[in-house]
Amino acid sequence: MQVAITVNGVVHERDVDPRTLLVHFLREDLDMTGTKIGCDTSQCGACTVHLNGKVLKSCTLLAVQADGAEVTTIEGLAENGEHHPMQTAFWENHGLQCGYCTPGMIMASAAFARDNPGASESDIRHYLEGNICRCTGYHNIVKAVKQVADAAAGS
Amino acid sequence: MWPNKFDYLRAGSVDEALASISDDGKFLAGGHSLLPVMKLRLDAPEQLVDIGGIDSLSGISANGDLSIGATTTHAEIAASADVQTMCAGLASACGQVGDQAVRNFGTIGGNIAHADPASDPPTVLVACGATINIQGADGSRSVGAEDFFVDLFETALDDGELITSVSLPNCSDCRCAYVKFPHPASRYAIVGVAVCLKMDDGTCAQADVAVGGATVKAVKCAGAEAALAGTTVDDAAVNAAAEAVKSDIADWLAGDIAYPESYRQQMAGVFLKRAIAAAQS
Repeated sequence: MQVAITVNGVVHERDVDPRTLLVHFLREDLDMTGTKIGCDTSQCGACTVHLNGKVLKSCTLLAVQADGAEVTTIEGLAENGEHHPMQTAFWENHGLQCGYCTPGMIMASAAFARDNPGASESDIRHYLEGNICRCTGYHNIVKAVKQVADAAAGS
Repeated sequence: MWPNKFDYLRAGSVDEALASISDDGKFLAGGHSLLPVMKLRLDAPEQLVDIGGIDSLSGISANGDLSIGATTTHAEIAASADVQTMCAGLASACGQVGDQAVRNFGTIGGNIAHADPASDPPTVLVACGATINIQGADGSRSVGAEDFFVDLFETALDDGELITSVSLPNCSDCRCAYVKFPHPASRYAIVGVAVCLKMDDGTCAQADVAVGGATVKAVKCAGAEAALAGTTVDDAAVNAAAEAVKSDIADWLAGDIAYPESYRQQMAGVFLKRAIAAAQS
């Protein structure tokens, strides 16, 4: 089936098998391997992207459902060669160890900080329930998100 | 994981969807219940008819009763001021489904058609006397939530029928809450309890109670309701209700090796008390 999906501002037209998941489309049709497959059962959040601005686990949506939609992946978060503030915050706070969950963590956190300026640490911890990290113990991830949420609130 | 092969059709209207569905077809909305099942090959429909783009199936209206379109997402329901006012328990339950990414795309219609016993919204729909509005090729019908949920992953939906909306009575004068004991890893309800108390001058005129998670389907709990109705919802009444609820769900218990039936039955009493406290706070 023919689809036209805008990924990071570029329209990609492809003929896909209807059972192709969005994460397959990104990784295998477009060679955008920044988005990871972790659990593949909508729990871990490694495949998190934005669909029309909303956080989505891309292993749980068919590419055909995203026809006509705008998708943002980790590859599209930086603008004009500058890291997104959430990428910078993960760097500065060392919000990662092995890095496998990091693209999903950053995509989920970027949307959260955009929608919840000034969010508390407990809000952040609650929100990140859908993104699992097996290395860090989350502490530095939460610090990174807090840094951006505070900056967004001007505090 | 790849699901089995299927034919995919995007329907522009309810009529087109109903005319297109084949004998071994399923309707697809958000896909957040159906696709995980298909990826695990627990189901393999040969056709998916996508109803996600049908505008008339989405949205919340609050004219008298509350009406929620089938493809309205959990996030939209949880954030709706109308739902928070008219059925606070449902807003709470929808806000506890999965995580934010799941709530952004999972829909109320897909959730109840799937009828996972550990899901949150069905328990509130049963407690609050919701009506499930269904359309099929031969016309439309409405089924009370208590009759809609038949058994484990089993509903009153016939083949080829489509849920169009869910209606709820205006519950803005009630004290309504949903409280769950989430599984520590999956966050599914080990026990979920919905309580709706209609208070009249300090006395409980009517109590509605339902339990899910601990059971194979959301179960209405007449014994617990009788223990609360006509009382001031004092400690004695709450303790009696917490005891009665264990009998109410006795025929429907579910369990696993970590949380056996007897444990969940006990916890239903504990979480009923917490739900009553939450409803009154």
